[in-house]
Amino acid sequence: MDPKVAALIDKYRGYEGGLVPLLQEAQDLKGYLPREVLEQIAGGMHTSLAKVYGVATFYSQFHLKPRGKNIIRVCQGTACHVRGGTEIMARFEKELGVGSGETTPDLNFTLESVACIGACGLAPVITVNDDTHGRLTPDKIPGILEQYQERGGKQ
Amino acid sequence: MMPNRILICGGTGCISSHSRPVMDRLEKELQQANLDQEYQIIFTGCQGFCEQGPIIIVEKDSTFYCRVDPDQVPAIVQDHLKAGRPVEELLYTNPDTGITARTRDEVVFFQKQKRLVLHNCGLIDPENIDEYIARGGYKALEKALAADPLQIIEMIKKSGLRGRGGGGFPAGIKWETARNAAGKHKYVVCNADEGDPGAFMDRSIMEGDPHAVLEGMLIAGFAIGAQEGYIYIRAEYPLAVRRLLAAIRQAEEKGFIGDKILGSGFGFRIRVKQGAGAFVCGEETALIESIQGNRGMPRPRPPFPAIKGVWDMPTNVNNVETLANIPVILGMGAGEYAKIGTQQSKGTKIFALTGKINNTGLAEVPMGITLREIIYDIGGGIKDGKKFKAVQIGGPSGGCIPAEHLDVAIDYDSLISLGAMMGSGGLVVMDEETCMVDVARFFLTFTRTESCGKCTPCREGTKRLLEILERIVEGKGEKRDLETLERLGRNIIDSSLCGLGQSAPNPILSTLRYFRSEYELHIEQKVCPAGVCKALKHYRVIPEKCKACGLCKQECPVGAITGEKKAPHVIDPAKCAKCGECVKKCPFEAIVHG
Repeated sequence: MDPKVAALIDKYRGYEGGLVPLLQEAQDLKGYLPREVLEQIAGGMHTSLAKVYGVATFYSQFHLKPRGKNIIRVCQGTACHVRGGTEIMARFEKELGVGSGETTPDLNFTLESVACIGACGLAPVITVNDDTHGRLTPDKIPGILEQYQERGGKQ
Repeated sequence: MMPNRILICGGTGCISSHSRPVMDRLEKELQQANLDQEYQIIFTGCQGFCEQGPIIIVEKDSTFYCRVDPDQVPAIVQDHLKAGRPVEELLYTNPDTGITARTRDEVVFFQKQKRLVLHNCGLIDPENIDEYIARGGYKALEKALAADPLQIIEMIKKSGLRGRGGGGFPAGIKWETARNAAGKHKYVVCNADEGDPGAFMDRSIMEGDPHAVLEGMLIAGFAIGAQEGYIYIRAEYPLAVRRLLAAIRQAEEKGFIGDKILGSGFGFRIRVKQGAGAFVCGEETALIESIQGNRGMPRPRPPFPAIKGVWDMPTNVNNVETLANIPVILGMGAGEYAKIGTQQSKGTKIFALTGKINNTGLAEVPMGITLREIIYDIGGGIKDGKKFKAVQIGGPSGGCIPAEHLDVAIDYDSLISLGAMMGSGGLVVMDEETCMVDVARFFLTFTRTESCGKCTPCREGTKRLLEILERIVEGKGEKRDLETLERLGRNIIDSSLCGLGQSAPNPILSTLRYFRSEYELHIEQKVCPAGVCKALKHYRVIPEKCKACGLCKQECPVGAITGEKKAPHVIDPAKCAKCGECVKKCPFEAIVHG
C-alpha cells in the first residue's frame, strides 16, 4: 500500500465524481497507473477494480505502462496533416527506433500522436513535455531530440 | 503617472513562437535603458494573428509589431521608445499590396473582423481582474442581478443567440427549459472540451479573457436558478486551465463568485474539471458522465440535460464561445445584437483559419459573411500562390465546400444545405495538392479512434467506412465501393446514438458530393490526381528534360534509378520507394509523378 496514494484516496473519498481527478493525481505521482495502484484505489473508494480499470482505459490520458521521461506528442490534426504531419511522425519513428505509442528502451522518450493541440497556426506542430515546437520540417527533428537528451528529463 | 503599456501576445500560438524570451529580453532592455518605470509590459491573451507571432503592440502610438525575435528587442527600445522612430522591419507588410501597416487597425486581417467576443483578447492582462473590470467587465452581471431572471431569458431569446459549439440550438430556449425544470439543485456546465482538430477559438477566449466566460456562466446561473457551475476543459489546454483557476480565485476575492453576489440573494460557485482525453466527452451527455467520474459515454436523449443532467439535476450546458457572448448581449442590448448577422443566425462567429492559407489564426466575423471574404480578405489567400480547392468546415462532423460555393453567405443553415456544418468553427483550407479521398480517410481515422464503442452503428460503421477508404487509397478500390460508402454513411447518420456517429460520415458524403470524380479516378484508373496517395504514385523521368546529370541516381536511397552518362535516366517502379527525394534534387524538373 502506497501511503501517498492512500492520502489521495482520503482526499477524494466522498467527493462526488472524484475518480477521474484521483486517477489523474495518482498518475502524476507515479508517471503511470500500475495494477497495485488501481487495486488500492478500488479498495479505498469502495468500488470494483473493473470500474476503476474501465475508467482508466477509457481516457487516453491514463497509462497502465511506464512512460519515458520526455513525452513527445506529434499532432495529427487536420491542419498538421495537410502541412506534412505524417512525415514528422515518420522521422521521429526513424530517429527513436520506436513506433507511435511506444517508449524507448532507455525510458528517455515516449512517442505519441495527439489528435489536435489547437496550435494549428504553427502546423506541423509537436509538443515535448509542456513545450510546443511549431513550423517543423523533418530535418529539425534531430536537433529537437538533442535538446531533451541533454536535459535528460522533464524540466 | 500611469506607465505606458506594451502588450506582448501570450496566447499558445505566440508562446510557441517564443514570445516569452521576447518578453524577458524586453524587461531587461527597459531596465538598462532606465525606462522600466515608464513602460509596463502586459502578457496578453491571443491576438488571433498566429501566423505572424510573436506580436507586440506599443500602446501609446498603437504600433503593431510582428514576428519579433529577442534580438530585435533592443531596436524597439532604442529606436522606437527612446528616439521615437518605429522599427520599420517589424511592421506588417501586406504581401499582396506591399503596403506596410503601422497599427493593428491597418492590418487587413483585422479590418474585416467584428471583434465583439474577442474585444478584450490581446488587449488586457488575462491574469488581472482589474483590467477586465476597467473595460466594463462584470457590468453585465450587475445589470442581470438587478433584473428578473425571466427577463434575462427573454433577452437571450430575443437576441437570437444559438449554440456556438456546433449544433446551433437556440440558447434562450435551452435556458428556459432548465429554468422550468423541477430540481432542488441546478447546474451550469461550460463545455470547454474543444476537441475538433483545427479549432482553437475556445482555448483563445479562455486564455485571453477568462472572466468573460465566468461572467457568462454567472448570468446563466442566475437566469436558470442554478447554484453551481462546472467548467469541463480538456487537459491538453494547461495554460487555459491555469488562467481560469486564477480568474476564479480573483473573482471570488472581489465577490463576483460566492454567496450573496454583489449584495444580492444569488450565490454561485464555479469548479474546473479537467478532461482526460476523450473526444466524445464534447457531447453533452458524455461530458456529464465524465464529470460524474465515469467512462464518458453518451446516453440517449431525452431526457435532455436541461431536465436531467449532472447528478440527475437540471443542467444547462453551453459552449465557451456561447457563454462569452452573454455579457456582450447584455451590454449592447438584445435588439442591437440581433441586428448583426442573418435572419436565422445572429451575432458573430469566431473561425479558426488553418491549412494552406497565408494568415492562419483566429478571426471573429459577423454571421452572413462569405467564405471568399474570410479566406481571401482576412486569410490573405492560398499559401504559395496555389489554387484553392476546398475548405473543410466543422471538423470531423463537417464537410468540404468547393470553390463554386465560396460566395455563399455563411450561417448555420446555409452550411447544412451545402453538406457541411458550422461545428465549432474550424476552417481548414485545402489547395490543389490536397487529395479529398485522403482527407475523408483522415477524418474517419479520427472518428473511428474516438468512437466510444457504446452503439453499434458508430463503432462498427466507422470502422467499415475506414476500411473501404483505405482500400481505395491503396489502389484496391472497387466500383461498388462508392455506393456502399453512401448507403452505410446514411445508415450511420440515422441510427447512431450521439452527435459523433450522427455526423461522422459527413466528411465522406460531402467529398463524394463535390469531388466524386476524384474517388472514381482512384478506383478506376488507380490515379491520385493530387499526388498524395503513395500507393498510387508513380515516378518517372521525362526523357526530353533529363540532362543525365546523375544527381537523382546519387540521391535515391533504394537504388531504383539507373542511367548512363549522356543518356536519360530511368526509374524502376518495382524498386522505387516513392520517397520523392529525386524530385527535390532534380535541377531540371525532369522527374514527375502521377
